[in-house]
Amino acid sequence: MIDAPDAHAPTVVDIRKLWTVFPSSRGEQVVHRDLDLTIRRGEVLSLVGGSGTGKTVLLRQILGLEHPSRGDVTVLGQPAGQLSGRAAASVGMLFQHGALFSAFSVLDNIALPLRELKLLPEALIRDAALVKLQMVGLGPGHANKSPADLSGGMIKRVALARALIMDPPLLLLDEPTAGLDPESADGFCTLLRTLHRELGLTVVMVTHDLDTLFDLSTRIAVLADQKVVVAGLPREVIANPHPFIQQYFLGGRGRRAMEALHGDDVPDSQR
Amino acid sequence: MSFNAPTPAPDAASAPALTTATVTATAPRIAQDGHGGVQASGSWTALSFSSARHWKALADSLQRLPASADTAWDLRPIEQLDHIGAQLLWNHWRKAWPAQVALDPQHRAVLEHVARYDCSVPVDPPPTFSQRLQRLSRSGSRALRVARDFLALFGQFVLDVGTLIRAPHRGPWRDFSGQLYQFGATALPITALVGLLIGVVLAYLTSNQLRNFGAETFIVNILGLSLIRELGPVLAAVLIAGRSGSAITAQIGVMRVTEELDAMRVMGIPHGFRLVMPRVLALAIAMPLISMWTSMAALLGGMIAADMALGISPSYFMSALPRAVPLSNLWLAMAKSAVFGVLIALVGCYFGMKVKPNTESLGRGTTSSVVTSITIVILVDALFAVLFKGVGFR
Repeated sequence: MIDAPDAHAPTVVDIRKLWTVFPSSRGEQVVHRDLDLTIRRGEVLSLVGGSGTGKTVLLRQILGLEHPSRGDVTVLGQPAGQLSGRAAASVGMLFQHGALFSAFSVLDNIALPLRELKLLPEALIRDAALVKLQMVGLGPGHANKSPADLSGGMIKRVALARALIMDPPLLLLDEPTAGLDPESADGFCTLLRTLHRELGLTVVMVTHDLDTLFDLSTRIAVLADQKVVVAGLPREVIANPHPFIQQYFLGGRGRRAMEALHGDDVPDSQR
Repeated sequence: MSFNAPTPAPDAASAPALTTATVTATAPRIAQDGHGGVQASGSWTALSFSSARHWKALADSLQRLPASADTAWDLRPIEQLDHIGAQLLWNHWRKAWPAQVALDPQHRAVLEHVARYDCSVPVDPPPTFSQRLQRLSRSGSRALRVARDFLALFGQFVLDVGTLIRAPHRGPWRDFSGQLYQFGATALPITALVGLLIGVVLAYLTSNQLRNFGAETFIVNILGLSLIRELGPVLAAVLIAGRSGSAITAQIGVMRVTEELDAMRVMGIPHGFRLVMPRVLALAIAMPLISMWTSMAALLGGMIAADMALGISPSYFMSALPRAVPLSNLWLAMAKSAVFGVLIALVGCYFGMKVKPNTESLGRGTTSSVVTSITIVILVDALFAVLFKGVGFR
């Protein structure tokens, strides 16, 4: 597990009194109600919650792709979505299915945010993209392939390289290990941990994979009852008596994942 | 909050004075100290390079530096160094460490990172003679392959129609009626508008010529025959090819991209019966009706223009029309339109099925579909003109 940053680190994402309301066939459906969340520099925060609790919506609101019905989302000191233009230098996003541009080669996909500046020399852009490609564990031989020729794990790696090309201080991950085989998922976790250490990233991640969750998170925020019911160290979160948390972490799958990770760390009272 | 963590979360209000990380960058700079040494300062990050002013100034001063290997570099004043900044320095050093360099350990780590990786893209070897030959043979047979696949699609359609006739209660009628509405009913306004305008234009053009010969009343023959027999069906077919042909290709193509086609096959739902046949049948029925509708709109436009330009009253126009245009022309136009409809739908389905799971292929498929179906419509129309040259004239 990654060491938690100290509690006085600067705030990267600040969500205050957030309401998300979707119109539905039976009036309105409230997804978030007065949701508060603060994310500090150097954290790896995992968002956890059942289906339909608005985890991905929250990520999209941090990115500014969706606007909350009420409340404020502040990212790096500015309202979310106002970073456009230099957005790639501030926030990197790894979409669930990679979202690579199928018309471009792997190298062009990674280089795209730098090329869009229309300033830097081509040789620098190419070299920087190649370094990022190798940093995520792919050889330079993959540079000229098209995204259609890549496997699922490779697509995620290329998408991560593209998200990191401008070394953004904030990285958002939507289901980073979904659809990967256990070995690739482990490799991906190792990679993320290395990058987090070397680049000093702040990571916000949505995941259902409990192994990834316990492997990477410095803090877990649980979304239930339309708000963040608890946000804290993994150990604190699993000790919370909220029925959803008990079911989520201490159901069959959760217990197996935790036992595999911590041996007999789980207190007897929770067995 | 009814469920509190035993220890307060770090974002609780009790946390001391909050500081906020912001996106700021000081200008990256380079300065020569006069003894052959170079000092770099500021933030060397992608963010600061993304400001044109910062980047131009830095690129200029880097260019002015004498390129000698024994320059002493002092990088300690650098505030931030990311991989792009490190790459810039590394490329400036021609990918080798300079003789003297002083820098902070965390910056050294970033530079070492960049230095570790190989930056040469492997170039694919040029194709050998036999590979070229093979490619040529493949491209030569492409037309044949398209013809074969298209024939297979058509054959499958005929078989599916046979299945439908044997067991009509199991047919995809909901799909059929939905497509009929999409291709037929929603196309009525645009075809009427285009038909009306073409009728007006044609009537004005011919009226000028006819007046020279004093043969004004023949405008009924010219408009009636050309609009009903030729222009109405072709105009409608071109509009529908652009409107519905592209829609069919895009729809089926997206189903390919999202693996819906594979899901259907796994469930044992045949593509031909559920996707191709309803579309082809719907267009085969909608197309003649739209063609007649377009002809009617065009005749109406022609009638109005004839009244205004030549003083030929609508009542005379209506009474002269049946004498000038035998009914067989209408049947010919309807039959022709049904064939157009079948062809447009089949071409649309063919290119939709051929889409590969990427966006580029989807765009290409849609373009090919529209261009091919319009070309085929005009070719087939010429064929009809030759085959039925003895039908419908008086």
